Amino acid sequence: MLLPPLAGAALNGIFGRRFPHSLVSWIGCGSSGLAALFAVLAALSSHLGPETPPFIHGYFTWIEAGSFHADFALYYDRLTLVMTLTVTIVAFLIHLYSRGYMEHEGGYYRFFCYLNLFLFMMLLLVTAASYPVMFVGWEGVGLCSYLLIGFYFPKKSASDAGKKAFIVTRIGDAGFTIGVALLFWSFGSVNFAELFPKVGALALGDREHTLTAACLLLFLGAVGKSAQLPLYVWLPDAMEGPTPVSALIHAATMVTAGVYMVARSNVLFSHAHEALRTVGAIGCVTAFFAATIALCQNDLKRMLAYSTISQLGYMFLGCGAGVFGTGIFHLMTHACFKALLFLGAGSVMHAMSGQLDMRYMGGLRHKMPVTFWTFVAATLAICGVPGFSGFFSKDAILAAAYTGPLGAPWLYWLATITAGLTAFYMFRGLFLTFCGKSRVDHELEHHVHESGSKMTVPLMILAVFSVLAGWLSIPKVLGGNEAFDHYLEPVFGPSQGLLTSGTATHQASEITLMTMSLLAAGLGILVAYWFYLRSPEIPDQTAAALSGAYRTLVNKYYVDEFYNWLIVKPLCVASDRFLWQSLDTEVIDGAVNGSAEATAGIGGILRRPQSGNIRSYAAWVLAGAVGWLAYLLLR
Amino acid sequence: MIPLSHALALSLLLFTLGAAGFIIRRNVITVFMCIELMLNAVNLAFIAFARRLPSLDGQLFAFFVIVVAAAEAAVGLAIIVALYRNRNSLAIDDVDSMKL
Repeated sequence: MLLPPLAGAALNGIFGRRFPHSLVSWIGCGSSGLAALFAVLAALSSHLGPETPPFIHGYFTWIEAGSFHADFALYYDRLTLVMTLTVTIVAFLIHLYSRGYMEHEGGYYRFFCYLNLFLFMMLLLVTAASYPVMFVGWEGVGLCSYLLIGFYFPKKSASDAGKKAFIVTRIGDAGFTIGVALLFWSFGSVNFAELFPKVGALALGDREHTLTAACLLLFLGAVGKSAQLPLYVWLPDAMEGPTPVSALIHAATMVTAGVYMVARSNVLFSHAHEALRTVGAIGCVTAFFAATIALCQNDLKRMLAYSTISQLGYMFLGCGAGVFGTGIFHLMTHACFKALLFLGAGSVMHAMSGQLDMRYMGGLRHKMPVTFWTFVAATLAICGVPGFSGFFSKDAILAAAYTGPLGAPWLYWLATITAGLTAFYMFRGLFLTFCGKSRVDHELEHHVHESGSKMTVPLMILAVFSVLAGWLSIPKVLGGNEAFDHYLEPVFGPSQGLLTSGTATHQASEITLMTMSLLAAGLGILVAYWFYLRSPEIPDQTAAALSGAYRTLVNKYYVDEFYNWLIVKPLCVASDRFLWQSLDTEVIDGAVNGSAEATAGIGGILRRPQSGNIRSYAAWVLAGAVGWLAYLLLR
Repeated sequence: MIPLSHALALSLLLFTLGAAGFIIRRNVITVFMCIELMLNAVNLAFIAFARRLPSLDGQLFAFFVIVVAAAEAAVGLAIIVALYRNRNSLAIDDVDSMKL
């Protein structure tokens, strides 16, 4: 399953420059299609029963140093199965879509090479059998993300965004590595198959401090990768990359790596309640925070980026409330509908010649019917309208936030308000883009056209997934059997049991909770309808009335400015004043110049005896011989 | 039988003459001959010790020195001829730099 993308990346990377476009895209799509096919085959052939232990396949010994032992091994259980299916299928569709989207862009082969490499790294990440191997995939996707964000590297903002993403996630990665080192130090292993049983055998509360510290450090890695507070700033800027990349990496797959990692480490987290509470709280606050920013974004892709951050917050909330299955479930449904939203945005962008400001759109519904209807499906899904996938997964998370082992009422309320905000801003985007009167430039207007079938077919397939993915796990109250949660029970069951036994849970009727979230979503949609279709002058009036709040939101709470002021500026000043002007020019240059001058000075003295006069040389030799002899005799 | 000290004294005298000549004289050929003189002084010392010890090692070394001196004479005289052709001079003080 891993090999086709790697082979595709290598082929396209090495020979792609000379290949025609059609061959490049065949290699790119073919390899990702093969990966998806193998993922499906693996899922079908593995027959993972509830009691089956995970398959572990070791390939070779990777690092062997003292008691530290890391094999290059892959791990396959039901969680891996879900992840590989999600990743490969979404990636395959996005590869297909990119064929159309990137048709007129330079660096066609480069794009597919990076995309395949990314797919390989992501699969490595989710199939890794130990933290070091996972870290390889983890860094690999980070690298591909950097390369793809900076794909339009002649543009300064694109290359800056790439650097920003790389540096910000690096902070989290440092936490990840320290966390893994801490785990090795205290438990003597970093392989899942050895580490998890060891930790699982501990009694609750044993070595809690070590575990809490390790889990918090791991979570710091997840915060960086999955763009949570306070390290989320790179994700909106990452929208500088081509849209399929935003869809694949910054919405559907890579950013969910953090959630996957937390879910994979569920055994550890279930022994560290404080860490898990932190996960939930940060997830919930991020969800709310990002949703408020998304309210006032005018750039379609940026709005979607903040919505991604917000939805990732939901996933962490699900995990943090102690119900890991819901987090993964939302991860899966979110991958479908968010990829669809981004691809839809890409389709709009394609039609509008790169215009992304929603204020200059409107009325595209008739011109781009396929894009419109698929976008509607995704919007309904993300808002949690009953019947669509987001309804099931988001509702499960909201329920978990209240009734889960580590749930709390405030988490639930904040998450529900966020659901309302989500519905509002998503419908705002939908209405501004596709409905109402056209505000498109007249120049542009006759350009606007539906995208070709290369782009619309993946959209339609994803739309089907967005609607249906939720039906995998229908909650009990609606007559379902929560199949998805049961399916993942072998992975999460033990830690879940441990969590439930150790804490008091809040009881509430699921129907009530569901009604609340539906109300919130409905309210959000209604308000959006009122604001942007019925009476479009209201938003401006509201903005004027609440100008302070509005400006704060438009400027994203000034977080970028704050980081700039707190970290970037001092670093620049320190580098400039101290490192460059004093340390570099005086100490380092001084040392270099000083040694050169010393050499020249000594040489000046030493060259005098070297006159070229043989007789004086001979005299020196003789004097030396006589002196040596005298020394030997008189000693 | 000549005592060792006599032979060594002669050797010392010859070597001193050679060394002094090397330093004092300016003509390249004279300098060259002074080198030969020093080599032969050393040969004499080797032979004297070889007789005295008695061991053949000294004679062996003397042969080596003679062979090397012969080779050196061949190369050295060739260098002197080349030097004279290029510089029209045999004064050693004129030859203090590699470049002309």
